[in-house]
Amino acid sequence: MNKNNLILYSGILIFGLAAPFLFPAFKVQLSILCVLIVLATTWNIQGGEMGYNSFGNILFYGLGMYLCASVQVGMFFPLAEWTESGGEKTFVHTPAQFFQGMAVGLIVAAVVPTIVAGLIGYSILGLRGHYFAICTLGLGVAAGEISGGIEIIGAGQGFTTPPFPEVGSLDSRGEFFYFLSFFVLVLTFIAVKGIYTTRFKLILNAIRDNEDKAEAMGIETMKYKIIGWMISAFFCGLAGGIMGGLVGYIDSTDVAFDGREMGVFMVLMAILGGKGTLWGPIIGATVFHIFKEGFWTFFLGWQYVALGVLIVVIVIYFPEGIMGWLREKFPERFGEVVDEKDRKAQVELK
Amino acid sequence: MDFMVFQYPMISVQACLDGILLGILFALIAYGMALQWGVMNIINIAQGDLVILGGYIAYFMYLYGIHPAWGVIVSPIIMYFVGIAIYKLVINKVVDRDLFISILATFGISILFMQLMNFAFGADVVLANSDYGTTMLFNNNVVLPNSKIFSAFISILFAICLVIYMKKSKLGRAIRATAQNARAAKILGVDTEKVYAATFGINAALCGVAGALISITFTIHPYMGLPYTIRSFMIVIVAGLGNLPGVAMSGMGLGVFEEFADYILGTEFRIGSVFLLLVLILVYRRFKLSRKREYLK
Repeated sequence: MNKNNLILYSGILIFGLAAPFLFPAFKVQLSILCVLIVLATTWNIQGGEMGYNSFGNILFYGLGMYLCASVQVGMFFPLAEWTESGGEKTFVHTPAQFFQGMAVGLIVAAVVPTIVAGLIGYSILGLRGHYFAICTLGLGVAAGEISGGIEIIGAGQGFTTPPFPEVGSLDSRGEFFYFLSFFVLVLTFIAVKGIYTTRFKLILNAIRDNEDKAEAMGIETMKYKIIGWMISAFFCGLAGGIMGGLVGYIDSTDVAFDGREMGVFMVLMAILGGKGTLWGPIIGATVFHIFKEGFWTFFLGWQYVALGVLIVVIVIYFPEGIMGWLREKFPERFGEVVDEKDRKAQVELK
Repeated sequence: MDFMVFQYPMISVQACLDGILLGILFALIAYGMALQWGVMNIINIAQGDLVILGGYIAYFMYLYGIHPAWGVIVSPIIMYFVGIAIYKLVINKVVDRDLFISILATFGISILFMQLMNFAFGADVVLANSDYGTTMLFNNNVVLPNSKIFSAFISILFAICLVIYMKKSKLGRAIRATAQNARAAKILGVDTEKVYAATFGINAALCGVAGALISITFTIHPYMGLPYTIRSFMIVIVAGLGNLPGVAMSGMGLGVFEEFADYILGTEFRIGSVFLLLVLILVYRRFKLSRKREYLK
C-alpha cells in the first residue's frame, strides 16, 4: 500500500466515523447506504468477477433478515406469540437482551445463508448464463412467496422486529445502527480487497472469461464457484440482519425477499459503478442511493416509473458503468500503457 | 395440507380439466416467448406485464359496456403497436448484446409497466365479467365456467392461425429464416430489423389475446405479471424452441400441476410452487446434462 492510498483510506474512515455527527438528519439514510454498498460489493464477487449474474442474492439477504429477527425474539420469548401479537408490545426486551439477541442473531444470520449457499450451490451453479439468472430469480421469488405462507414468522401480516431499547439519548438508535452497518461495510471492504489480491480472484476471472478452458487448466471450477457464492451469501445475510433491525418491520415480499426491488438494485448498483472492479460497486451504490432518494423525494408516487426508466437507460447506455467510462477516458490512471501512435490511429479511424 | 383431492375423485377430475384449460392459455403466452427467443435471442421479463396490459384493455371495454370478448380482437391490435414501440425504443438496442443485458433491460420495462398500470388502473384485483354461465358435467360434480372453455377455444384458434401464417406468408418465412440464420437471411435480402420488430409485435399481440382471455376467465392485477413470465419461460425450456406440440403439452402439464398444488398445498403456496418447480426443472436438466459434461445452452 503506497502513501496516497493510506491517506485516501484513512480519510474515508474518518469521514465514515464522523458522518453521523456531521449529518445527524441523515443517519438512517447513511446506514442504508452502507448496507447497499455491502450488497453491491458482494454481488460483484460472483456477478462481476465470476460472471455469474445472480438475481438470487436477495434469498440470502431475506434469510438473514428473518433469522436475525427470529433469533433475537426467540432467545427470550416464544416466537409464535410474538408474531401473533403483531406490533403490540406484549413482550419488552431489556437493553441487555436486545444487544445479546442482536449479536447472536447477526452471527446466525451470516452463518446460515452461507451454509444454504454451500448446499444449493452445487445444483444451481451448474447452470450458466441466463439460465442461472432466471433460476436464481425464481429462487428469490419462491422464497418470498413461501415465507409469506409460514405462520410462525408472521405469514402475510409481517414480523415486527424488537424495538430499540431506551438507552442513552434519542439519537442512540440511529447511531447504533449506523456504526453497526459501517462496521460491516469496513469488514466487507477489507475482506473483498483481501480476496482481490489473491489467486482466488484470478480463478474467478478465469471462470468468467472461459469456464471450460479454466477447467481444462486443472482448476476445480465448481469448488471456487461455490466458495465465491458463499462469501457473497455471508455478507448478504449480515446486511439483511442489520436492515431488518433498521427497518423495524419485515414483510415477506416487500422487505425481505424483495426480488423486484432490492434484488435488482444490487445488480444495478454494481453495473452502474462498473462490474468487476473494487471501487465500481461502491461508487455505483452511492450514486444510485442519492439518485433514488432524490426521486423518492421529488417524484413521490412516480419513483418506480423513474426507476424502471433508470434501469433501462443504465443497461442500454452505460453497460460498462462509471469505472468503465473512466477507464476509457484515462487509461493511464488504471495502469494501462497506451501507445500514443495507437491512440492517434484510433481517433483517426473514428 | 389438504388431501381431499385424493379422497374424492371428482375433485381430481375438476382440477385436471381446469388445469388443461388454463394450460392452453399458458401455452399461448409461451409460444410468443419461444418466438422472440428463437428469432431475436431475447428473454423478455416484461412478457407477463404485456399480458396484464392486454387484460386491462379488455377490462376497460367491459367498463364502457362493450362485451369483453371483443377484447380478443381489439387487444392484440393495440398490443401489436405497443410491442413495436417497445422494440423501437429499447429492444433494438439490446438484440445483439449479451442475454443478461436483455434480461435486465426488460426487467426495467417490467417495473415501469407494473407501476404505470398501478397508476392508471389502481391496485385492485379486477375481472371482466362475460356472463357466459357454466357447464355442469358428471352429475353436476364438475363445474366448468363456459368462459374457460371459450378462452381455450380462442387460444387454440389463434395458435393455429399463427402457425399457418408462419408457414405460408412472406413475413412468416422471413421470420423463420431469420431464426435459422440471421446473417444469411440478411445477405439474401431480408430486412432483419423489420423482421425483429414484427416478431416482437406479434409476440405482444399474442400476449394481448392471452391477457384479454385471462381478464375474462380469471382476475388481473398490475403486479401479477412476473408469474406469467416465469411460467412461459418454464414451458419453453421444457419443450424447447420451435416445438409447438411440446409447448402445448407442457403448458397443459403446468396448468394441471398448478391446480393440484393449489388443492394440496393451499392457494397461498400456488405461485411459490410455480417458481420452485422452475428451479427444480432447471436443476434436474443440469444434472442430466452434466453426466455428458454438457450444460444448458
